Amino acid sequence: MSELTDLYQEVILDHNRRPHNFRVIEGATTQEGYNPLCGDRLTLYVAIDGGVIKDVAFQGSGCAISKASASLMTDALKGKTAAEARALFDQFHAMITSDHAGPTADLGKLSVLAGVREFPARIKCASLAWHTMKAAVAHDSDAPVSTE
Amino acid sequence: MTTLASSAATFNVDKVRADFPILTERVHGKPLVYLDSANTSQKPESVLKAMDDYYRHANANIHRATHLLSERATALYEGSRAKAAAFLNAPDMRTIVLTKGTTDGINLVAQSYGRSTLKPGDEILLTWLEHHSNIVPWQLVAAQTGAVIKVVPINDAGELEQDQLSALLSERTKIMAVGHVSNALGTINPIKEMIAKAHAAGAVVLVDGAQAAPHLVIDVQALDCDFYVLSSHKMFGSTGTGVLYGRASLLEAMPPYQGGGDMIASVTFEQTLYNQVPYKFEAGTPNMAGVVGLGAAIDYLAGIDRDAALAHEDAVLEYATAQVREIPGTRIIGEARHKTGVLSFMLEGAHPHDAGTILDRQGVAVRTGQHCAQPVMDRFCIPATIRASLGIYNTREDIDALVRGLHKVRELFT
Repeated sequence: MSELTDLYQEVILDHNRRPHNFRVIEGATTQEGYNPLCGDRLTLYVAIDGGVIKDVAFQGSGCAISKASASLMTDALKGKTAAEARALFDQFHAMITSDHAGPTADLGKLSVLAGVREFPARIKCASLAWHTMKAAVAHDSDAPVSTE
Repeated sequence: MTTLASSAATFNVDKVRADFPILTERVHGKPLVYLDSANTSQKPESVLKAMDDYYRHANANIHRATHLLSERATALYEGSRAKAAAFLNAPDMRTIVLTKGTTDGINLVAQSYGRSTLKPGDEILLTWLEHHSNIVPWQLVAAQTGAVIKVVPINDAGELEQDQLSALLSERTKIMAVGHVSNALGTINPIKEMIAKAHAAGAVVLVDGAQAAPHLVIDVQALDCDFYVLSSHKMFGSTGTGVLYGRASLLEAMPPYQGGGDMIASVTFEQTLYNQVPYKFEAGTPNMAGVVGLGAAIDYLAGIDRDAALAHEDAVLEYATAQVREIPGTRIIGEARHKTGVLSFMLEGAHPHDAGTILDRQGVAVRTGQHCAQPVMDRFCIPATIRASLGIYNTREDIDALVRGLHKVRELFT
């Protein structure tokens, strides 16, 4: 059960039950994300002003991992520039796909998702919000982002 | 009850389990509890051996060479076709096209029969229960021909609304494509009556039998369907192999689906003459070992008492339904009066995907998600379900392991 309890830490279960920034931001950049494998679906709202993410929020339905990941991500992004957000995407992606054990220190609260790397089938759940954010920040697509 | 008891006596599940080597596998240090047979079934030793023997003793290209190995390979390949004809009670081997699987069979009928006959405004009738593979090929041909898709709705139990079927059928309905058994909910559709209604309206009927073949005895002549498609891998056989039964008169009139070797009688740059049916629809070197595996799977099913096996499966499904229903916070999706092999459900507070991961770590393999049937999920306003699906080898003990696993899910999520 140890890998399971690593995956489903209390912090993750809390974010699943009471996700942060689970709301709509009127007038913000909107991006849809979809994981066709399991039906996880989210809408991400990003308000960027002067190159800085002033506010970010999401709505949607999904598993505990995708919801907790979206919730933690929105907390982490506020105040970051678009470039910093993209860099964080790369670090986060490396953390959940890396073969090396142990959380990456500088990712702070996001480190609770490091356990996902032991569950290859769930990596897409943890990365859905992040892929959606990357598309929203790049502002390069009106089409929904898919993990497939 | 007397019949059930006597047929159950002729089915020995322990003996059946011993035929499937993978069932002794351990996963995450736990004994494997395989409850995902609607996704793909496991294979008995006889199927594995037949495919291995094929490569060791008979491998050569079929229909093409004069040497002994090619004769052996051709005999095995055509032997499987004869077995498939018997399995479906088809009138003769000309009506049996060997395919890559159910999806391939449906695409063949859609692109060959559908594309050559549909006109703008013609209607293709589907149902809300269909697997994506019995939706998308029809959407493609509808876009190509200007035909229109209509859909028979389902009730809250997951049964097709037969009144709506009658209302939707008209002289515009040219094709009805319907699943024999729903992969997402397990509903057994009354297809014999549905086929009769569709024929009365002048429509041609394709039955998707992928989920029926491992459970039910199929008789295409009694059903009077025009096309029946199935996959070997769902009925304890090889992957990448399937069967399309087609009424001979329809197959004869249909244009080829794909061009290539073996489907021709003569080729010049001016004109190509096609081979006779069913070879006209079998372009290129096929999955010969797979077809041998299909034949072995049919032999395996022929060697067991199918009625007794179904009675056993029904008893396990009934037990599973009762046990899962007792767990607080469960909601069963699909409670049709006639069901086989599938228990789809939700667990309050836990997303199916999370439940699937936790069950997997207990050794219990289920499918979680939309089961390639997004319209069914939308109909019940749910994102996904947990689906436990049964094969002839499952037992009450497997269900007990599922229930223990679900209690672990509840510990974490409620």
